[in-house]
Amino acid sequence: MKISEKWLREWIAPKLDARALADRLTMAGLEVGAIEPVAPNLEHVVVGEIVSIAPHPSADKLRLCRVNVGKNKILDIVCGAANAAAGMKAPVALEGAVMPNGMKIKKTEIRGAASSGMLCSASELGIAESSEGLLSLDRDARPGMSITDYLGLDDTTLEIDLTPNRGDCLSVAGLAREVAALTGARIKPPVVKRVSAKARRKVSIKLDAGQDCPRYVGRVISDIDPAAITPLWMKEKLRRSGLRSIHPVVDVTNYVMLELGQHMHAFDLDKLQGAIHVRHAVENESLELLDGKRINPEPGSLLIADDRQPLALAGIMGGLSSAVSDTTHHLFLESAWFRPETISVRARSHGLQTDSSQRFERGVDPELPARAMERATALLLAIVGGKPGPITEQTVRRHLPRVTPVLLRADRIQRLLGMAIPPRIVENILARLGMKLKKSGKNWTVIPPSWRFDISREVDLIEEIARVHGYDKFPSRQPRMAMAARPVPESDVDEPRLRAALVDRDYQEVITYSFVDPKIQAMLDPGVTPLPLANPISADMAVMRTSLWPGLLQAILYNQNRQQTRLRLFELGRRFLARDDDLTQEYVLGGAVSGDATPEQWGAPRRAADFHDVKSDIEALLALAGMDEEAQFRPVRHAALHPGQAAEILYQGQQLGLVGLLHPALQAGLGLSQPAVLFELRLSILQQQKLPVFRDFSRFPAIRRDIAIIVNETTPAQAVLESVRNAAGELLVNLELFDEYRGKGVDSGRKSLALGLTLQHSSRTLNETDVEQVMAEVMSTLESKLGAVPRQ
Amino acid sequence: MTDTTSAVEQQLKTLMTEADAAVAAAGDVATVEDLRVRYLGKKGLLTEQLKSLGGLPPEERPRVGALVNRAKEALQVKLGERKDSLESSARDRQLANEVLDVTLPGRGLRQGGLHPITRTLERLETLFLRMGFEIADGPEIEDDFHNFEALNIPPSHPSRAMHDTFYFDAHRLLRTHTSPVQVRYMEKHQPPLRIIAPGRVYRCDSDVTHTPMFHQIEGLLVDTDVSFADLKGVLSDFLVQFFEKPLKVRLRPSYFPFTEPSAEVDISCVICGAKGCRVCKNTGWLEVLGCGMVHPEVFRHVGIDSERWTGFAFGLGVERLAMLRYGVNDLRLFYENDLRFLRQFR
Repeated sequence: MKISEKWLREWIAPKLDARALADRLTMAGLEVGAIEPVAPNLEHVVVGEIVSIAPHPSADKLRLCRVNVGKNKILDIVCGAANAAAGMKAPVALEGAVMPNGMKIKKTEIRGAASSGMLCSASELGIAESSEGLLSLDRDARPGMSITDYLGLDDTTLEIDLTPNRGDCLSVAGLAREVAALTGARIKPPVVKRVSAKARRKVSIKLDAGQDCPRYVGRVISDIDPAAITPLWMKEKLRRSGLRSIHPVVDVTNYVMLELGQHMHAFDLDKLQGAIHVRHAVENESLELLDGKRINPEPGSLLIADDRQPLALAGIMGGLSSAVSDTTHHLFLESAWFRPETISVRARSHGLQTDSSQRFERGVDPELPARAMERATALLLAIVGGKPGPITEQTVRRHLPRVTPVLLRADRIQRLLGMAIPPRIVENILARLGMKLKKSGKNWTVIPPSWRFDISREVDLIEEIARVHGYDKFPSRQPRMAMAARPVPESDVDEPRLRAALVDRDYQEVITYSFVDPKIQAMLDPGVTPLPLANPISADMAVMRTSLWPGLLQAILYNQNRQQTRLRLFELGRRFLARDDDLTQEYVLGGAVSGDATPEQWGAPRRAADFHDVKSDIEALLALAGMDEEAQFRPVRHAALHPGQAAEILYQGQQLGLVGLLHPALQAGLGLSQPAVLFELRLSILQQQKLPVFRDFSRFPAIRRDIAIIVNETTPAQAVLESVRNAAGELLVNLELFDEYRGKGVDSGRKSLALGLTLQHSSRTLNETDVEQVMAEVMSTLESKLGAVPRQ
Repeated sequence: MTDTTSAVEQQLKTLMTEADAAVAAAGDVATVEDLRVRYLGKKGLLTEQLKSLGGLPPEERPRVGALVNRAKEALQVKLGERKDSLESSARDRQLANEVLDVTLPGRGLRQGGLHPITRTLERLETLFLRMGFEIADGPEIEDDFHNFEALNIPPSHPSRAMHDTFYFDAHRLLRTHTSPVQVRYMEKHQPPLRIIAPGRVYRCDSDVTHTPMFHQIEGLLVDTDVSFADLKGVLSDFLVQFFEKPLKVRLRPSYFPFTEPSAEVDISCVICGAKGCRVCKNTGWLEVLGCGMVHPEVFRHVGIDSERWTGFAFGLGVERLAMLRYGVNDLRLFYENDLRFLRQFR
């Protein structure tokens, strides 16, 4: 809410400058976001009166004005404004003035005619975005008076960011009440007199939806002056609150809204037929709104209608067909109270947030409509004339909000705030906020004022006390709490530990969006239907990811396009899998590796990172979880992965994750310049860490034997290792596979594997016979089970 | 002295002169070893000399024998010295050949890095864990009840409009804050409670100062006598420790449907030292988190007796704290994942 400081001070004048007042408001919960001057510096700009006007001898569009600028001084000024006329009063920038756009005013000659000053428009003064012709000043303007004084431009606009609970402060009156409560200064509201009827004409009002609109006040004003204009003082106040002047009648209703907080609506009486009905919309109704949009109000929306058709979306926006215009002669004014929930739900469903809906949905004082009507009538009579009819009011009292007394306990105040507040201060604060108190023992019964929709519980009152008393007055303390030991499951591998392991292995963590491009998602995980957002922010962030790979690959692509070629990225986050009604949002640890296995360096050949490089990173993570011996890698088919370089990782029968080379077709499709190895591990399984269990180890010397065998190319290394383990039995304490070879010396379709076996006995030194026996058993098992032959 | 004796002595002298020259000329350890064998070996020349003592008159033998022995010892020492010296210079030559350029870069992998948001989150978690908070977690795809209703934000509430919610359907949405975790936690646990809930949150808003996804940490402390003064103490201490600077902390009244009284917490600007700058908009203050006393309506929704228990809750924006801590000037950098940005944080 933006409001002129001067306007506020007309109501209440605390002894605080703008800055101090803003601080006081801010520290009471009404955050002043900005204090801006309402106009630029306009020194040497004064009120001028055009005494006479004559054509310019050599320019059609220019005229020569003689302008009275006070102190018996008449200046010759050349002017191009079409509305310049003898007798008109307008701002004059005198010699020495510097205009807001930087132009310096000096004596000059324009097409041969002397000109010593400039007659100004509102936009030239920097008080309007755009304007046509000279700013016409009212007749009471005295030539020579500074324009700043005349228009009261030595003012600031306070921009107050009100929280949704304080709808009562969306007006000068409301802010003045608040300032009074905070500073103790007194309010001097403008006098609002009842205007008695001068005509009998009225419109009957039917409240057909009493629970949504339990009060409606109407009044006819006939025979207004269609040519009337809004006075400058009112335009200026509206402008300082960010509202444009539209039509004198609309300006008055807006003015009353800003001043008192009651939104009003004016209808062109000639466009109405019969009675006013406040009713719910039915099927297939249509309404063209003031902003030109035609809507079909949802059935149940609250409408203002006449006998024939809908006229307005109640409390949200008026309709075009009954709007006031330059040809309006008779008015019907509306000042009503709408149920906040009704307005907020409809405003949201129609996507309309207006000054009107903003106030009604936060709650307007139900006692205000009649007062606002009197205020608006008085202003209208002064500005557009006309004859007021009687005020007609319909009220369904049982649907008006009821003010209920609230119990306030002194000990509860102390318990919640951590400090006792003397009863005298409690009473003083609440009374200043317009509450009525009745003391009983240490407690009070409090009746909040009709404008405070946010006060219905004890805690609401406690907050008021704390807020007005000042949060800075409360002590800072440390809570006293029990020091109970809490479970620390050792089987959980900390996420920080897993992240650290990857960071130490040269991975960079990224954080990518949880919603991804459905096209990329479909390429990488075609078998799964992702969960779509109903209102995505853009088409490429429209579905929830079912894997971290789309985001990781996009991060690879982004960096690759910025000349980064060696990329090792990981992310820890959720993937979202929706199957029928079942939704899982589980944490996974995903990675993508592209480019060289090691940073470019001397003394080591460059080599692209491959499947087995990444596998060792995964094995490191498995080792942290104590799963490295038990987890198995098994070939797998996955649409996103190379058919021959993809594995699933199994642990105790559960799929722990996947690793593999991005399918070359997808690599090309995504525009990646190099292959990428991907992995994704389910955190819930990775975190089922096995606790270490001590096993005694042998202190006797170990013996190592190396063997080289030839097997079929398709025989998995794991099968060989398992056979060796089974055959060697418990003497085998370590087994390494230290070479794999295909090519010269080995038949095609076959490969050579070299294994190192370390044998050790638990209670004695092994002798040569023991070793020979084990090795013979190993060789014969490999031969019989896998068709292996020793390599010569 | 007999002629024979003097001949032997003469011979010894010649032999020793010859040996000394040979030792001095020896160029390597192997030659030194050869010389040792030649002179001092079983059949070495000096050993032979000793044997020839038998041809001397008996009274001469001890003296000449001693002479030969002294010569042997002297030669032994010389051989040893020569060997040491040759070995040491050989080692020196070898070491000289092994000189490396120690300024060449090391080989192997480099150190990767954490995302700055994770780095900040881990720091925040550590701070709160040491204060005795536990970490709680909740779903990111939430339902309307936990994200709004149970937090005292009914469908008609004006603050729903400020949440810019991503929806899936009428009931499911992406959580707009981490506050639903406090509801879920209180549904399952009875006070006393002390938790934080870090995580991703989502709002349908994207511009210079908003990303559609960001991170929050929710905090909740419920016990028999938790007051606003405790809230002030815990958060002030936490902020000073997080920034590792003596800060001014102020609480400013605000409004959240799920807390009352509510407050925004401001700290004196860490960028300019509260002198006034672009970041604090010349106010000297920075808004860093929102907090308040748990609203009785929230307690009612989870079945906790608000007469018996009181508590406070807070929510802080992780991106905001990371930006202030590391001087990052553009929120969007966090989600571009540009290595030139990320690698500045390890």
